[in-house]
Amino acid sequence: MRRLAHSTRVTGGWGDHLFRLLIRAAALILLVIVLGLVIVMIRAAFPSIRAFGWSFLFTSRWDPVAEKFGALPLIYGTIVSSVLALLIAVPLGIGAAVYLSEVAPPWISPPISFLIELLAAVPSVVYGLWGIFILAPWLRTQVQPALGATLGFLPLFQGPPYGVGMLAAGLILAIMVVPFIIAVSREVLLAVPNAQREAALALGATRWETTRLAVLRYARSGLMGAVLLGLGRSLGETMAVTMVIGNRPEISASLFAPGYTMASMIANEFAEATSDLYLSALIEVGLLLFVVTVIVNALARLLVWSVGGAVKAVRE
Amino acid sequence: MADGILVKQLNAWFGALHVLRDIDLTIAPGAVTAIIGPSGCGKSTFIRCLNRMHEVVPEARAQGQVLLNGEDLYGPRVDPVQVRRRVGMVFQKPNPFPTMSVFDNVAAGLRLDGVRNHALLDEAVEHALHQAALWGEVKDVLGKSGASLSGGQQQRLCIARALAVRPEVLLMDEPCSALDPIATAKIEELIVQLKKALTIVIVTHNMQQAARVSEATAFFLLGELVEFDKTTRIFTNPSDRRTEDYITGRFG
Repeated sequence: MRRLAHSTRVTGGWGDHLFRLLIRAAALILLVIVLGLVIVMIRAAFPSIRAFGWSFLFTSRWDPVAEKFGALPLIYGTIVSSVLALLIAVPLGIGAAVYLSEVAPPWISPPISFLIELLAAVPSVVYGLWGIFILAPWLRTQVQPALGATLGFLPLFQGPPYGVGMLAAGLILAIMVVPFIIAVSREVLLAVPNAQREAALALGATRWETTRLAVLRYARSGLMGAVLLGLGRSLGETMAVTMVIGNRPEISASLFAPGYTMASMIANEFAEATSDLYLSALIEVGLLLFVVTVIVNALARLLVWSVGGAVKAVRE
Repeated sequence: MADGILVKQLNAWFGALHVLRDIDLTIAPGAVTAIIGPSGCGKSTFIRCLNRMHEVVPEARAQGQVLLNGEDLYGPRVDPVQVRRRVGMVFQKPNPFPTMSVFDNVAAGLRLDGVRNHALLDEAVEHALHQAALWGEVKDVLGKSGASLSGGQQQRLCIARALAVRPEVLLMDEPCSALDPIATAKIEELIVQLKKALTIVIVTHNMQQAARVSEATAFFLLGELVEFDKTTRIFTNPSDRRTEDYITGRFG
């Protein structure tokens, strides 16, 4: 046996000290990167901020020739396409997760989980291509005429069926975020202690009542986290959305109409931004996207805290 | 008067594992019946068969007759959900619903039954909390989370939750094993009170507890019922050698 005195390990004070320094540096670097990013973006966006002030946020004209820039349609397009995506993806994703964790026979879960991971690994440009060649034509020839004929009295479903537009963007985003929502929700539901299910069952709850009473309520803060992850992804998604949203900076009540998102605008127009003010306006759009993401995440955190407090007391 | 339970030729399995063999047992109404035995002897499985909770575990099944007031709980047209409304259960670890208030925890079963009337709910919740000897401690914090109570209070909350739907039988699966001695004493006192109105079956690892609270005791070993008799007899003059070995601490 090796004697302690001859051990080659670095023990005692300074090994720990070094380790602490390293991990502290790692944490600080993250902070520095975020702060640096914000500072650089603000500086680069400053000409645009000075030229347009608050009107950048509240006007809709995006005219590179006249050098007049207003980002309202982009903010609108980003938020509406993401909300639309969540409206579709959340019920679908949480429903599938409930099926996998509460109802499905044990053998069915692994293959489905594998397929879900596969779905999450598809590059977004592939979703975009699929959107252009399959989803958009299908919407144009089948879905939008049918919606217009039946629900056309709603402003949401009026106007010519282009195929590409807000509806296509929302759908493609929904398909892209659903795997994330399923994967996270499933983990969250599986983490609900069995004692909770048994408590409800022993009270005479049916399977659905047990899911509602014991499982979904217990897991609600975690499910919120799953939804937020989906929202975060859809707000920032660029490629697939750019390919199907139509890229027109306009605000329209109809989901059939083309729109534009902040991320698509930056991706599309960066190469053409010849004047300094144009470039600066694009960077300000990037800054806005950052701010919107931060606000959404902060609101989400608040929401999670307000409903999650009670659960922690029992989760040992 | 509460109803007794007649168990005839009860067998239970987990997959291919035969965990209960040919159990015949008569549980007296309005009394406490204790189930004792070493870990893995099938005692928890046995009481989970009495409210058809055994079968909620994947691959678990049970066969035989459990007659409550003459009616077979395993009859062909019996809905297990209805069985569980008549036969309440309290578990090893307190499991209140943490997202619900104290009040909502107790009211949960009634709401499942479709009771919406506020006056009715208020009355039933207060009554159940009185029965569980918890009312005095929680009457001012009914709106707080069920998880904010102490362990012993949480367990009594779970008892109140089970009592609120007015079951005929209350099953208790080692209800004190996660509690300190003071909380345990309170629950035992409660059990003695409750048997006036209910039939109680309690699984326990603690033989003193069985001796203190029960009228009859069943000793299980390796999935079989070894001996079933008056508690005083089991603990003073058991007729089977294995029972004697167990209660004198020679194994288990």
